Amino acid sequence: MKKISRRSILAAAPSALVLTALPVRAEKQYGPGVTDTEIKIGNTGPYSGPASSYGTIPKAEAAYFRMLNDQGGVNGRKINFISYDDAYTPPKTVEQVRKLVEEDSVLLMLAPLGTPTNSAIQRYLNQKKVPQLFVATGATKWNDPSHFPWTMGWQPNYQSEGHVYAAYIMEHQPNGKIGILYQNDDFGKDYLKGVKDGLGDKAKSMIIVEAPYETTDPTVDSQIISMKSAGADVFVNTGIPKFAAQAIRKAAEVGWKPLHILSSVGASVGATLKPAGLENAKDLISAAYIKDPTDPQWKNDPGYQQWVAFMDKYYPEGDKTDAGNVVGPSFCQTLVQVLKQCGDNLTRENIMKEAANLHDFTVPMLLPGIKINTSPTDFAPIKQIQMARFDGERWTLFGPVLSGELSG
Amino acid sequence: MTSQSRETIALASEPPRARAIARPSLRQILIALAVLVAVVVPFVLKSFFIFQLTLVMVYGLAILGLNLLTGFNGQFSLGHSAFYGIGAYTAAILMEQLDIAYYWTLPCAGAVCFLVGFLFGFPALRLQGLYLALATFALATAMPQILKFHPLEPWTGGVQGIVILKPDPPSGVPLNADQWLYFFTLAVLLVMFAGAANLATSRTGRAIMAIRDHPIAAATMGINTALYKTLTFGVSALYTGVAGALGAIAIQFVAPDSFTFLLSVSLLVGLVVGGVGSIPGSLFGGVFVLFVPNIAERVSTGLAGAIYGVILLLVIYVMPSGAAGFVRFAATRLKSKGKLR
Repeated sequence: MKKISRRSILAAAPSALVLTALPVRAEKQYGPGVTDTEIKIGNTGPYSGPASSYGTIPKAEAAYFRMLNDQGGVNGRKINFISYDDAYTPPKTVEQVRKLVEEDSVLLMLAPLGTPTNSAIQRYLNQKKVPQLFVATGATKWNDPSHFPWTMGWQPNYQSEGHVYAAYIMEHQPNGKIGILYQNDDFGKDYLKGVKDGLGDKAKSMIIVEAPYETTDPTVDSQIISMKSAGADVFVNTGIPKFAAQAIRKAAEVGWKPLHILSSVGASVGATLKPAGLENAKDLISAAYIKDPTDPQWKNDPGYQQWVAFMDKYYPEGDKTDAGNVVGPSFCQTLVQVLKQCGDNLTRENIMKEAANLHDFTVPMLLPGIKINTSPTDFAPIKQIQMARFDGERWTLFGPVLSGELSG
Repeated sequence: MTSQSRETIALASEPPRARAIARPSLRQILIALAVLVAVVVPFVLKSFFIFQLTLVMVYGLAILGLNLLTGFNGQFSLGHSAFYGIGAYTAAILMEQLDIAYYWTLPCAGAVCFLVGFLFGFPALRLQGLYLALATFALATAMPQILKFHPLEPWTGGVQGIVILKPDPPSGVPLNADQWLYFFTLAVLLVMFAGAANLATSRTGRAIMAIRDHPIAAATMGINTALYKTLTFGVSALYTGVAGALGAIAIQFVAPDSFTFLLSVSLLVGLVVGGVGSIPGSLFGGVFVLFVPNIAERVSTGLAGAIYGVILLLVIYVMPSGAAGFVRFAATRLKSKGKLR
């Protein structure tokens, strides 16, 4: 008996030690892919295929994490950023994301790119309870925490941008006759819905032409002519750069001078306005949320200078006029804030909890005054945008920072 | 089609039957072994790899469909992504909107694709070689647009696509969802491959091949070339359509962007790499289509496309008549060495 009791005491000793150590341990909780020195983060992007021009976004993200790791990582942990090519096809995305989750066992997915691709993995990631954070698409459906508590958007969604334009039209041309050019897919229709919802009851009487285009159309000339001949005096141009530029040029050619609103998707000086002819683009109205890297007004801005220094050192082959290279690091900075807030409790649950707990956070390349805010019922981090007018050379911001929240 | 490529296709398809008759036991043993391995594999591997193998079988089946048309009947198609897409959408729409069980969607997808393929076969009758390739190319280009077409949106979901729930294994079966889907796909695959093998060795199969080798001679012998060609188109579409339905169930999502012309090209690559006119070769084609892009990416993310190209070139150079041809070549070499001794 004695022997046994002595032995049991000996056996009990370590467990007692463990017990006393427990409270300390409770602070360090790790989900899959996390160790004391590393956090694994997954990503997919179109390095090949039809949307490969967006492939620079994940490349810029990888570059950003290289810089972060050189500076010591987050709370002493280096970021291991694993990014695979999905060729912008949903089946490949499902395969690659399953690989990231099941083989590489990443803690979370950061900014997977594209609307169809994210749609394909949304249910899988929510079933597996893997955070799908800050998806790189502006579709409105990512803000749906009650159905998809593991999916979160990032950029202002197209519908809320449409709201902002509607409010502007109501204020400046309350009796305007509106023509809308939109891409015939969910992205274009999101804008259309946003403008319509923003106009409310007046949408039916005010919108006189809804002109869709297909990405495969050679030009949008006929749409512009039909709007002009219908007598529209407000033109909401939501085309991607190629079509937005065609529309601006054609409108100038046929001498149509409506109140011309250009959506943020097509608002790049380099990609849209230069090809359209800067003189034709004068007095265009748009909205923005990030600093346009081609805009000279940011030349002395510390956020911009930081970004240029980062690009020069870690991603010198990247195009400094491409807004994708601005957005990529901004995703990373938002995630880093979430990781910092999590401290040593790096479980997937806690990641989502802290991702939904961002208050007035900002990253250097967001426009001044624009803040990132989330809550357990609000999974749309950036909701604010600011109106801008093109003065023939650059976008000049005007008016207050606006919120296009959908509830309003 | 040049006469030279016709000859290579003919060469590629002749020996396996000859060997099958000469040594049926070896072939049967090999098939039995392969099936045995296929049955054991899901119990030792991770879920993700099982899922990949399921996709290999799905692509293998789609390539077999193309093989029936191109390898056995000598008609080219760059439009099989369209049939694959129709099959996938048929399954998705039936499952999500009409609540039909996933296993019933396969015959439906097959039937729809057979009909579409059969009808497409009629205009194809007037087109040969490159012209047929172009006509089917048009089909592949049109398909994503048709799926996005506004009046069809209530069914197709437009660009958003359709999300499908993954089928659970029937109650009482001690398998997880991935394993179950794997076995389900394997069963379908075995039935469809056996069907194709039967077809190839039957009277009908001989007629189909006769049309490929010499249409005029075939017609002279009393073969109704028009009927056989359109039927082959239909059967080929059926196989690819069933593969599409299986693929949709495995991926749990369909969207127009999944079924672009690039998919057709992948299937064609799989066909050539696996072996034109070889039934088991189609499966190797599936392996190539799924894994080689991943390998290429692992070597270098930035140059993935170029590395894929290099691997493809090497494979074509080393195995000019596909994997099936290579195996056959190796077998004859071994045999002749044995004889020398």
